[in-house]
This record gives sequence, C-alpha cells and structure tokens, in this order.
Amino acid sequence: MKKIKYSEITPEKIYKRRREFVKTIGLSTGSLVISQNLMGVAVAATDNAKEKITEHRYVTTYNNYYEFGTRKSDPVEKSQNFKTDPWNITIDGEVENKITLNIKEIKNIFPSEERVYKLRCVEGWSMIIPWMGFSLSKLLKKASPTSKGKFVEFTSVFDPEQMPGQRYPILNWPYTEGLRIDEAMHPLTTLVTGLYGKELPNQNGAPLRLIVPWKYGFKSAKAIVNIKLVEKMPTSSWMRSSPREYGFYSNVNPEVNHPRWSQASERVIGSGILSERIPTEMFNGYSEEVANLYSGMDLKKNF
Amino acid sequence: MIRYSKIIVFILCLWPIAIISLNIFYNELGAEPVKKIMNHFGEWTLIFICLTLAMSPLKRFTSLAFWTKFRRMLGLFVFFYATIHLLTYIGLDYRFDWQPILNDVLKKKFIFIGFSAWLLLIPLATTSSQKMINLLKQNWKKLHRIVYIIAIFGALHYIWLSKTIFFKPLIYTIIISILLLARIRFKNFRKIKFN
Repeated sequence: MKKIKYSEITPEKIYKRRREFVKTIGLSTGSLVISQNLMGVAVAATDNAKEKITEHRYVTTYNNYYEFGTRKSDPVEKSQNFKTDPWNITIDGEVENKITLNIKEIKNIFPSEERVYKLRCVEGWSMIIPWMGFSLSKLLKKASPTSKGKFVEFTSVFDPEQMPGQRYPILNWPYTEGLRIDEAMHPLTTLVTGLYGKELPNQNGAPLRLIVPWKYGFKSAKAIVNIKLVEKMPTSSWMRSSPREYGFYSNVNPEVNHPRWSQASERVIGSGILSERIPTEMFNGYSEEVANLYSGMDLKKNF
Repeated sequence: MIRYSKIIVFILCLWPIAIISLNIFYNELGAEPVKKIMNHFGEWTLIFICLTLAMSPLKRFTSLAFWTKFRRMLGLFVFFYATIHLLTYIGLDYRFDWQPILNDVLKKKFIFIGFSAWLLLIPLATTSSQKMINLLKQNWKKLHRIVYIIAIFGALHYIWLSKTIFFKPLIYTIIISILLLARIRFKNFRKIKFN
C-alpha cells in the first residue's frame, strides 16, 4: 500500500465533486469542516473498496493511551477535561537554536494538511485515519540540528493529576519515544494537530502528537512537550518496559514475530464480525517511501 | 429442592451467552468484534474456574453440603466456555488457517499455556459422569486435582497476554491463589484437629 490518498479510496466522481465543492467555496479552512461531512459520503460509497477510512467513532473511542488507563475506552472517558491550553513544546538538545513554541504558534507557522495514513498497532489491528498535520522535518529545521544530533527523543507530558494512568507504574512516565534523525526528517513523519478535518481530540493525543506511518502505533508519541536532538540512541518507555518485545526501530514487519501477537496479519477495525484478517505489509505498505532508510540493515536483529 | 436449584443454576450459567447474543443483536461489539467475543468467553472461563474452585471452601465455611452439588455442572461450564473461547480463536479469528495457529501455539507462550489448559480440561470433562467416578474410584480424585494446574495456567494465560501490569489479570490471579491456598490450609487444620 502506498501513501493513501482520497483519490484512491474514494470513487473518483465523489472525490472530484468534493474538490470542486471546496474550490467553489474557495476557503481553505472551509475544507476542514466540509471534509468531515463528505467523509461520511466517501466512506458509505466505498463499501466495496478494499481500503476505506475507519469510522470516526472507532478512531476516537478505541485508543491505546495508557496515561489515561489501559482499557481501550479509558482515553475517551477520562481525557475530556484534559487541558491542552496553554501548551508549550521545546525543541532542544543538539540544536543550534533551542526553541520553545506554544501550540498556537506551531499551528500558525506550520499549516496542517490532510494526510490519510494507515495505523498499524502492535496488537495486530489497523485503522485508516485522516489526520491533519505537517512534516516534523519542518519544525526540526527551524531549530537547526547540529551534526551531533543523530537521534530524536520525544517526551510526552507528565501530569498525573490530569492523567489517572500515570498514577500507576504501568510504564516509565513520562512516555518517551525515539527516532533516528533520517527517520525523523522523512516527509512521511508527521506532527499531527487534527483528525477528520477537526481539532485533534484529547484521546488521540492532543494538542500535538506524532505519526510515523511505517512503524507500530506506539512509536507515535502523544501530547508531546519536548523534542530533543541527541547523539546516542534513546531508550523508549516500551524498550525499558520489555526490551525483548519492543525494539528501537519497531518497523511494521510481518516477518518479525512479537511474543504475543501475530504480526503476519491484522484485523481491520470496524470491518465486522465475519470479515477476515488481512496480511500485514512490510513497512505497513510504505516500503516504496522508506525501505531505502534501512538498506543493508538486518531488520530481524534491529527490530 | 436441589433439583430445582440445579435448573436455576444451569440457566444462570448461560448468562454469558445471553449477554453476547444481545451484543451481537444490537451490534454493540465495538471496534474489534472478534476480539471482544474471544475475550468475553476467555474471561467467563476464568470466572467459572473460580466458581468451581470456590465450592468446596464454601462447603467448609458454611457447613452446608449442597454447594458441591453444583461443582460438576460448573466444571463442565468451564470446559464449555473454554471450548467456545478456543473455537472463536481458531474459527472466527484465524478461519481454520492452521499454519499461523500452529505457529502461535508453539511460539507464543500465552497461547501455548492456554491451549495446554484446554487440553487438560478434556480428561476432566470426559470423566465427569457418576459412572466414571465409580469406575476410577480413588484415581478419580487424583485425576481431578488437575483442575488446580488448569486454574494456574488460566491465570498465567491472562497475565502473559497483557502488555504490562494490568488490573484484571492480577485480580484473577489473586482470587485463584486464595482459592488454592484455602485448600492447603484446610488440610493442615484437619490434620492438626484430628491427629
């Protein structure tokens, strides 16, 4: 699977009609609202299509976000009063310009665009999600990483008062994740500010989260407060919790077994009780874009 | 009296089927229906293991003999729900695609132990009749102590499938541990008392 565009999952007619509609209105911001409504049409019209956008209700109610609890329903139930304003994000470490931006500045400086990506969870399920976001590389360039900045470490917010899951040692809080600098600079690596044409809901990692489409979902840190350029490979929360199960790279790879879940196939969220698993693709279907990042690497060792 | 209470208990034991049927009927199975059904019957298997194990301690605590009258039925429901749980996994989830199933059983320790627990249930379920009790005599009791191993396997199955320390598997482990420990203590008490 390549980068999914609406044109691929939506019958052309509807897709074009939608674009015309947006054009006629002539409002770029209008498209955010409109896409929400037309999404329903698009989804309904593509019942036979192999890849279709996951229903909004599943994307926003079936979440792994242990800061709010370990049940899938915890994030939506316990995050509604979570405060995302004011919110500052610091980019520091091996950079020439250390910067701190608040979320409003980030949204102004880096306009978000619609990006439909497949999300593959390490638990063996997948969704196709219409995110709003921009490439992380744009933000990183603003801070000018130095030659010592070989890795990027992401830190999520630590606020046990607002995040009940953080009151228990489920993981090493705050949640941290990491990428190699070339992975972080890849255009597919996205900082997400919205979902389904709207603001990012709290349960999906508001106000700012990462999406790395070719890696398992847990690599995409939520509610980010710090992005640090570092020289040595950072240890993520999951690596610390169980190094045998979670490697630094965690690229979607049907050939590397996880001790708990089959990675050879996946269940498509919202596809119903009688639908079959589908085979999992290397790099979650984004091989064409990202395979070159790993040429010559043993991906079974560097899982 | 016992006869009627057995019928009532039997009907109550079908509760898990009733819930899941309603869920299916009202389309309330959520994002991952197959997983939901599988987890539902998995958890009810554990609950029935706990109920089965609770009968003889209850008999001692309350000095009422009738508790153990339900033990066979509850035990058979363990096997029943464990089998539905397994069939959901094999049939609904993997569509009888034996290659990945075999892979799972051999490579994933939580599936290995869960499958082992189910295998161990077979001799217990097949020797549950009065006829078999009479036939096996003293050996029947020994054989049916396997249920303790099954209970431990069941708890491990749940712990190992969890990504980190989860609340529910811990609760079941604690309940099963208490029910097993209660037996050891009772035996010692009796020895002390009667020796």
